[in-house]
Amino acid sequence: MTPIGSAAEIRARLDRGEISSVELARDCIRRIEASRLNAFISVTAERALEQAEAADARIRAGTATPLTGVPIAHKDIFCTKGVRTTCGSKMLDGFVSPYDATVVEKLAAAGAVMVGKTNMDEFAMGSSSETSHYGPVRNPWDASRVPGGSSGGSAAAVAADLVAAATGTDTGGSIRQPAAFSGVSGLKPTYGRVSRWGMVAYASSLDQGGPLARSVADLETMLRCIEGFDPKDSTSAERPATSRAARPVSEIKVGLPREYFAQLSSSPLGARLADARRTFESLGVRFVDVGLPNTVVAVPTYYVIASAEASTNLARYDGVRYGHRCKDPRDIADLFQRSRDEGFGREVKRRILTGTYALSVGYYDAYYVKAQRVRRLIRDDFVEAFKTVDALLAPTSPSVAFPIGAVSDPIEMYQQDVFTVPASLAGIPAMSLPCGFHDGLPVGMQLMGKHFDEATLVALGRAFQSATDWHLKMPPEAT
Amino acid sequence: MAILDRDIDKLCALAQLGLDASERSAARSDLERMIAMVDAMAQVDTTDVAPLAHPLDATQRLRDDGVAAGVSREALLAVAPLTHDGLYLVPRVLDA
Repeated sequence: MTPIGSAAEIRARLDRGEISSVELARDCIRRIEASRLNAFISVTAERALEQAEAADARIRAGTATPLTGVPIAHKDIFCTKGVRTTCGSKMLDGFVSPYDATVVEKLAAAGAVMVGKTNMDEFAMGSSSETSHYGPVRNPWDASRVPGGSSGGSAAAVAADLVAAATGTDTGGSIRQPAAFSGVSGLKPTYGRVSRWGMVAYASSLDQGGPLARSVADLETMLRCIEGFDPKDSTSAERPATSRAARPVSEIKVGLPREYFAQLSSSPLGARLADARRTFESLGVRFVDVGLPNTVVAVPTYYVIASAEASTNLARYDGVRYGHRCKDPRDIADLFQRSRDEGFGREVKRRILTGTYALSVGYYDAYYVKAQRVRRLIRDDFVEAFKTVDALLAPTSPSVAFPIGAVSDPIEMYQQDVFTVPASLAGIPAMSLPCGFHDGLPVGMQLMGKHFDEATLVALGRAFQSATDWHLKMPPEAT
Repeated sequence: MAILDRDIDKLCALAQLGLDASERSAARSDLERMIAMVDAMAQVDTTDVAPLAHPLDATQRLRDDGVAAGVSREALLAVAPLTHDGLYLVPRVLDA
């Protein structure tokens, strides 16, 4: 069976006429239906074939873009007109959006072919893709393990070669950590770089959409398609597109944040990161140690802010305008309360209650405002570090993929995000890419950059992947 | 800090959630542990540090105050669980 492969490979095969977009879409749908990973919530065969036919016509007409005819999947958090958007929740089980998200619209306009919507932690709240109403997603490298979360379905789908690329969202690590656990590349762009219009809100000052793909080259292609100012998103940034100027990596100075590496000192993952550093050094990249002193309080700060924003955002689910509505409500209070009780899962309720607590009278200053003050210090740590370095290298996650059900304590689960939430709080771009294996499971490393400087991360990532083949390894599920 | 039953009652009322007995007891212990975790923020001196609401310190952008095309009323009502004569339907709020 020919692999689906990367977007760049697919474009070359389509241009050479070796395969049609329709054949590719059919192949992806067959693979998804045969897969046991539970990576998809919906398969959109009809829409895929329509889009693939249009893509084939466009290729024949010579008007193709780098994504025309390329089969992709959307995380089920992006609204798709005419196709249900569940966000992994019973609350939105039957919800069909009346409009497409900007990200969905842009990829469709470029000719990408959507073959389905991927499974995820409920409302993107989780680090393992186990909290989905539709059951846990499995890791293609070991089906007894999690693929990471919350964009676990997207990561597993790309890793298992079910699609060429997928969209995800990252609030506290939800693109980067599943990319690391599943052995693919993932990019969280700068906050405001990609429109949030039509992306179901979790924590609005942190949420950012981005791509997961087989290579950094494909991440760049996807980013160029989905980025840009959108008047429909009030926090969308009015900034120039990602620079195309390819900077030689020998001119790039990378910082190694000691607070991150200190936590890896006794971990076998530290050795993989050290290998990656040596590869970079052989390419001419220079390294220096840097300090990000407030890293230690990033997890608590993140969970106060994200939960507070979630409790506010999720107030909209009331059984009236859309989403689950309980049967035969006694009165309006019963309608609100029972619809929410029945519609939300345990983790979502936990975060709503935590957020409500942090925002309530008497605790607002002590928790929410305090977290916002600490957030500034965390952001300023990065700004300070970037005065002397162009990017930072760090681990993506403190461990490799863990077994399904192994982390049942919520507080322990939150610690999974220790290396990803600081960049989220600072709003800087960050990328995870494969840098080796431990016990047969992928290890990811993280590159973080200055606000709106995705170009430096892309330059580093491309150089690394031209010198290594970790990103080309395929899991047993895909072979 | 100990979370009491009445604290959970108050939070449930604010959040419009009615938890069952097992969920309530889990919520109490989860919240106590959550608070213990976030109390770590207290060790950071934030005197004279302004709160950060947006990572780029951006403020809300407002559009011109005019009529703009959006999603139609009909399309939005079509996704509601219950409507009547172009309106959302809810249980009676005021006595007849």
